[in-house]
Amino acid sequence: MMQHKNIIAAYSIMILLIIAVGVLQSWTIALTILNYCLISAVMTIGANIQWGYAGLINFGIMGYTALGGLAAVLVNVPPVKEAWKAGGSGMVVSLILIISGVYIIRTVLRKFENSKKRNYIVAAIIVIGFVFIRYISGPAIENIEAVDPAKTGFLGGLGLPIIFSWIVGGLFAAGIAFIVGKIALGLRADYLAIATLLIAEIIVSIIKHEDWLARGVKNVIGLKRPVPYEVDLQGSTWFIDLVEKFHSKKLDLITSLSERQDVLNQLVIDASSVYVKLCLAGLFLTVVIILLILTQKALYSPWGRKMRAIRDNEVAANAMGKNVVKEHLLIFILGSAIVGIAGAMMVTNDGLFTPGSYRPMRYTFVIWVMVIVGGTGNNFGAILGGFVVWFLWVEAAPIALFFINFFTAHLEETNAVKQHLIQSAAYFRFLLVGIGLLIIMRYRPKGLIPEKINIK
Amino acid sequence: MDFINAIVLLLNYTVIPALTYGSQLALGAIFVTLVYGILRFANFATGDMMSFGTMVAVLLTFYFQSLGISFGFLPTALLTIPPAILAMIFYMLFIDKFVFSYYRVKKSPPVQLAMVSVGVMFVTQAIIRIIIGPFDRRFFDGEKFILKANEFKEMTGLNEGLTIKSTQAITIFVTVLVVSIMFWFLNKTKTGTSMRAYSDNEDLALLSGIDPKKVVLITWIIAGILATIGGVLYGLDKSYRPFVYFNNMLPIFAAAIVGGIGNPFGAFLGGYVIAFAEILVTYAYKKFFAYLLPEFMEPDSLMQLLSTDYKFAVSFSILVIVLLFRPSGIFKGKTL
Repeated sequence: MMQHKNIIAAYSIMILLIIAVGVLQSWTIALTILNYCLISAVMTIGANIQWGYAGLINFGIMGYTALGGLAAVLVNVPPVKEAWKAGGSGMVVSLILIISGVYIIRTVLRKFENSKKRNYIVAAIIVIGFVFIRYISGPAIENIEAVDPAKTGFLGGLGLPIIFSWIVGGLFAAGIAFIVGKIALGLRADYLAIATLLIAEIIVSIIKHEDWLARGVKNVIGLKRPVPYEVDLQGSTWFIDLVEKFHSKKLDLITSLSERQDVLNQLVIDASSVYVKLCLAGLFLTVVIILLILTQKALYSPWGRKMRAIRDNEVAANAMGKNVVKEHLLIFILGSAIVGIAGAMMVTNDGLFTPGSYRPMRYTFVIWVMVIVGGTGNNFGAILGGFVVWFLWVEAAPIALFFINFFTAHLEETNAVKQHLIQSAAYFRFLLVGIGLLIIMRYRPKGLIPEKINIK
Repeated sequence: MDFINAIVLLLNYTVIPALTYGSQLALGAIFVTLVYGILRFANFATGDMMSFGTMVAVLLTFYFQSLGISFGFLPTALLTIPPAILAMIFYMLFIDKFVFSYYRVKKSPPVQLAMVSVGVMFVTQAIIRIIIGPFDRRFFDGEKFILKANEFKEMTGLNEGLTIKSTQAITIFVTVLVVSIMFWFLNKTKTGTSMRAYSDNEDLALLSGIDPKKVVLITWIIAGILATIGGVLYGLDKSYRPFVYFNNMLPIFAAAIVGGIGNPFGAFLGGYVIAFAEILVTYAYKKFFAYLLPEFMEPDSLMQLLSTDYKFAVSFSILVIVLLFRPSGIFKGKTL
């Protein structure tokens, strides 16, 4: 019971903080923070089932987030017909070549015994295949990128509603996680961290520089939202009526008719953005709740117990006949898939895909801080961590600014130190998050809401 | 003649830049490997610690320049390295005292220490950005070139010029100097031997009367020297920007692991392996083949294996391949 009280108290404080932002700053900011908190929560659930359930360090969160974002683009953007005509066949042939190359290598690996000769054959296949694929895809890529480069210059996607991309993003991430897991999961913990981080960098650099795929660093903008647009809302009568009813008291105080119309217009504009954000928040919240229910069920299932056994003593679990390698791979794939979903959700929220913004600081380390601060192995803790750290990350600058102004109040406005500090207020977020992590690691190593397991 | 031209071309555009970049990576990789071997954790604050040392050097350089102190034809920054090293060591020992030592005494698993180092990374980054800001800063002064392309062409009568920037020469010279002193220290002196003993088998080392506090102290001192020098050399050669330093952590890790983490000599060579791979794979060989092959066989395309955008990806792919086939690195390090 005590445990539940803690959780409820922690979440209430968090919600109160967000409401406070709504009252003090603006409701749009508060809801933006809330949406990002929810997306971060999905990411932390993904990282938590890897680290908390199975003890696997995945520093490649950035890569899977980017894959989710890529999925959003490939699902939502309408296909670019001219680009397909210009180079589609070349790309399809290259894809078939890659698949057949992988298949040939597989057969070679199966047929021949492990020997130097086999390694040379595999290496030769890879080199020849690489040159051949470049020969075919090179002109095709050039043709595709030449099609209206300012607007398209890529193959486009399927033109489906973006919400499907949440599933596709998960599948993309799962597929890549399968390959990464096969390569890296045998490694010891800290090597695994480095290897996954570097592989994620490779993924991001491919997305960044293969312009035919998703325009690379030229960004894709104008992805269609699953919720109404502000402009449409501002034009529809039911919405204006709704706002009028909602603010009727305030509006009744204004006597002049034209002034009342101006105020109402302003209110409608504000309300439309709040409404859109609320719709998105509802969608995200649904995903978080579904994932939370599933992960909680999994945690207390026989499978969850098996994972904890593997985490706490790999050798003993192995001796009991649990397939450690297989389970590690499975949970690595599951966790990465959830992160992929979060990546697609993030692009849905922003409405644009900017591969250049996928950096390890923001998409790997901050997420890890969330998991550790929140509580490893406990989903409620991980989600809370997502909320707390993201809130701090965003609100650090205003808070820092307040304190700087408070402590340097006796200094003049032109004071060099004061000006310098005010300019660098944004960087206090690193300080805040870093010190928060260090303190939690030292004095509460299990996180704000620690893992609790009932042994029956 | 064409053959010599082709060689000079390769020297100018691949070998010399790769040697320079490799030296910078090697210093960082030895730093990573020392911390990993003796303090037993993967230090994710590597890039930012190097950045901290460089920041001190940059600020001192600007201060010296304002005072009118210069180092002749050499960059002023070289003068600022010793005080920067002192500041760096002081910062590292401070961090160790208040952060790392607690976990070391408690014998926490390496993963936890790695996580703690992520916290240190955040804090260090914040300090750097608050003090100097995230901007790009050039602090190189003095003579820019040792050998200019035109001079070389006049001297030899070749078509291709060979340029040697003074930063390149300084980098390679200083690296060789520092690394040889360090290897001499590790292999020949008593303190160095005790450090290696501590790295190999902690319990046995403690039993034979080695003072762990002293080993840790010396490790941070060497680490501080390597981090500062590596960082300043990189900054002189390119420019100083905190974000770039953070990113450099990744190829440095790749170098340390490729060389066999825990093995300083492996890390040293690993730096060059990574640097040469990055530059050789992304170099466009068109002109090179144009010199070597008869005219009718001249290639049309750039003859580039991968575009330069994939520079980082190349080094990371090498790391993946090494992890697949030789998980303990090319030169046997600690077993995984």
